[in-house]
Amino acid sequence: MDWRQLWEIVSAPDNVPIVGLIPLLIFYIYLAWKQAKANDDLIAELETNPAMAKTHHRKTWPFRPGWQKEVHVWPFLLRIEFLAAMIVSIVLMVWSITLSAPLEEPSNPNLTMNPAKAPWYFLGLQEMLVYFDPWIAGVVMPTLIIIGLMAIPYIDTNPLGSGYYTWKQRKFSIGTFLFGFIVLWVAMIIIGTFIRGPGWQWFWPGQTWDHNRLIYEVNRDLPDLFGITSNLAKAIFGAIVVGGFYVIGGFIMHALFRRYNPKDYKRMSLLQYSIMMFFVLSMVALPAKMLLRLAWHIKYVWITPWFNV
Amino acid sequence: MAEENQNGKNGNRVGLLERVKAGVKEDIQSLKTDMPAKAKDQIEGLKDPTKTQVYTSIFRHKHDDTPRNRALGVLSNVFLHLHPAKINRDAVRYSYTWGMGGITFYLFIVLTFTGVLLMFYYHPSKVQAFRDVLYLEHDVPFGKLLRNMHRWAAHLMVIAVWLHMFRVFLTGSYKKPREFNWNVGVILLVLTLLLSFTGYLLPDDQLGFWAVTVGTNMARATPLLGHEGPFGKMLGMTPYNDVRFGLLGGSIVDANALLRSYIWYCIGIPIVASIFMIVHFWRVRKDGGISGPAPVILASEVKEARK
Repeated sequence: MDWRQLWEIVSAPDNVPIVGLIPLLIFYIYLAWKQAKANDDLIAELETNPAMAKTHHRKTWPFRPGWQKEVHVWPFLLRIEFLAAMIVSIVLMVWSITLSAPLEEPSNPNLTMNPAKAPWYFLGLQEMLVYFDPWIAGVVMPTLIIIGLMAIPYIDTNPLGSGYYTWKQRKFSIGTFLFGFIVLWVAMIIIGTFIRGPGWQWFWPGQTWDHNRLIYEVNRDLPDLFGITSNLAKAIFGAIVVGGFYVIGGFIMHALFRRYNPKDYKRMSLLQYSIMMFFVLSMVALPAKMLLRLAWHIKYVWITPWFNV
Repeated sequence: MAEENQNGKNGNRVGLLERVKAGVKEDIQSLKTDMPAKAKDQIEGLKDPTKTQVYTSIFRHKHDDTPRNRALGVLSNVFLHLHPAKINRDAVRYSYTWGMGGITFYLFIVLTFTGVLLMFYYHPSKVQAFRDVLYLEHDVPFGKLLRNMHRWAAHLMVIAVWLHMFRVFLTGSYKKPREFNWNVGVILLVLTLLLSFTGYLLPDDQLGFWAVTVGTNMARATPLLGHEGPFGKMLGMTPYNDVRFGLLGGSIVDANALLRSYIWYCIGIPIVASIFMIVHFWRVRKDGGISGPAPVILASEVKEARK
């Protein structure tokens, strides 16, 4: 256990935000989960008790007849905003006094940093470079993430769970978002920050960074495993595999979604349904490709003279 | 003058002197009696400054603690009128909103403030940039604190934006009628990341240089528009005319890239982001204020739209 190495990584000034992000995320997930559970319990109770459902104020916080439903912004909201601004200022001030922003040597194009890391919030994408070519990891994926996020309100047709925390009424959408945000975005950032060392190689926390380490790893392409040699055949084979992933994956997704979300399925138009399928499958393609690489050392699935997937 | 004397008009002259003397006496008397009275009035008036003309010209309503004045305090203030006069009693609960949207905006203001101060000391040129940062760190009074605050506020803003988006998703606040505002928010998220990214290069040190090199190298691989991307070569893309060249103003991260970063960072993106922020806040109000905490709805109560 190399504590010094571990400390150097954790205490690097630009890594501190990520060290801070982890407990923050845990806290806010807990806060959301607590409220979701309270709401879900209330919903379950109201579902079984129609008389109560007619009179209940439908919130988990106390409310009595005669209480005002609204409060004045001045002072009830403004004092909170003022307090928040004060607290953020103090935190920022203390942080800035105790920890200095990093400044390394003057930029030098002839001296490559190893590892050369992107800013921490883009490390998830940089981590994806291990598994995908730059045109996918660096261009197509960010584009799909942005378009996918923008599409969310138009493909989520579930009218429940608007304006309150819940899990049981929105299992699929919340589950998918948590998977995308926590597993595919934040976890990749954490790996990129704390695990990846020189040569973008995997170093466990506390393992000394060895700048001379070489890993003998032979990556193969999927067509090679099937003994396909001609370029044309490789291109056709790859197209079939990738297309097959979307077709078969889409079929499995369809079978599951239809069974477990019958109402959403019924509500969604063909366009909404196909857009959702495309984005969910593209998202699943990330861990699928990672699995191919980690388990079977497969680099490319689809090889063409112009691009590789 | 001499003629007047010869004509024996001395009497008139004496009369004039008398009149002036009397007038001055009167003035002195008035100073003695009126001024203390006026001063008394003045002091009396200062006891309640809210009655002065200056005060009433600034604050257009009274401040007694009445519901009307509480509402006016928000509505008649240009900065506060973003808010409604009254809100859902549960909407002030921290556990619901987490306050992340407001914190993001506050950090944007902090960044603008510290950023403007930093601009006084920084030249976006290869010769000066790194030295300016050293100068800031070692010689400018509070320069180091200023730079640190700018740096950490930027990181904090990225985190706050993510948490804000996370909360909005978990509470289903993007649902009807707030779909459009969610989209504005996604654009603001991207702009926040771009702001942070363009700022990363400005110290012109190894960290920023290589981070931006790694980041912009991706642009080489842009399909169709990058010289290493799929179909890029076929469209005649070279390192000297592709999308990366456009971003960097050159084929490597150098002086032009520094200047372009600086301009995007200090002028371009903040203006665009401000416009989107205006729309974002406006739509929060127009879409009915913040989404909740709303009363829970039961699955059995949902009326399915007729197909």
